Amino acid sequence: MASYVRYIDRTRDYYKTKGYEKPYQWAHFEDVPFTPLKKPLAQCRVTLISTSEITVRGAEHKEGDDESNVGGMYSIPSNVPVEKLYSPSHSYDRVATTLEDVDAFYPTTALHEAVKTGRIGSLAERFHGVYNAYSQRRTRERDAMEVLKRCREDGVDVAVLVPV
Amino acid sequence: MSLVARVLEENGISTVVLCTARDIVETCGVARMGHSDFPLGSPCGEPHNKAQQREVVEIGFKLLETAFVPRTMVQTPFKWSKGDAWKDLVFTPEQPYQTPEIEQRWLAKKEHYRKLKAEGKV
Repeated sequence: MASYVRYIDRTRDYYKTKGYEKPYQWAHFEDVPFTPLKKPLAQCRVTLISTSEITVRGAEHKEGDDESNVGGMYSIPSNVPVEKLYSPSHSYDRVATTLEDVDAFYPTTALHEAVKTGRIGSLAERFHGVYNAYSQRRTRERDAMEVLKRCREDGVDVAVLVPV
Repeated sequence: MSLVARVLEENGISTVVLCTARDIVETCGVARMGHSDFPLGSPCGEPHNKAQQREVVEIGFKLLETAFVPRTMVQTPFKWSKGDAWKDLVFTPEQPYQTPEIEQRWLAKKEHYRKLKAEGKV
């Protein structure tokens, strides 16, 4: 079986063939922060955070400033029916897969089921979208801090993060 | 996305990252990662395979319950049903990642960002 794809190497080589000599500097840290689960999952409030540009049909205008790849974040209610959601993102392997099934990259159905079965306590009122930004500092200092603020407002214990 | 996870962990919120691009998430460093060896775009299971999608999320839940040190990583046991050929093709000159139209749009956005940066607006 082929091993998993090393995207850092693969994309560096790929963009080099396109004339981009200066490789992207991926974020790298030695130390990793860690918060142990403080109570049983069945009592935890969970949110979902995605970079899929998840969008509610009929409500295309979102907060944030994605058009310039500056970054930004936005929230949508966690109870939007999955049929009303879609992703306009192009950041996926368009040959191998599709984004037509939202649950394959934004697992709202599985999370709602987990509440029903008592596996998790509840879902936060809001789920969140974060735009990929060229500036890692922007993501760390502005977008992530806004996500944190909203998670605190919603009493979130646990976040499931899904990069597309 | 990993940067967001780190900020949440630093501030008392437990996280799990469900991803496909394992090396990128590992390089950044996160508390807990569930890696599926699937194409970019399907980190939570194959499209329309609801049972598998449930299992991927359940692996995330188990990671939250059992991890006791950061950088805990689990690879989900699933194999892409159409085989592994996609791994040889993604990000290769034989298979451009974006259509020419999308690539042009991406380049325009990049240029716009450069301009904003030069003007001190970002």
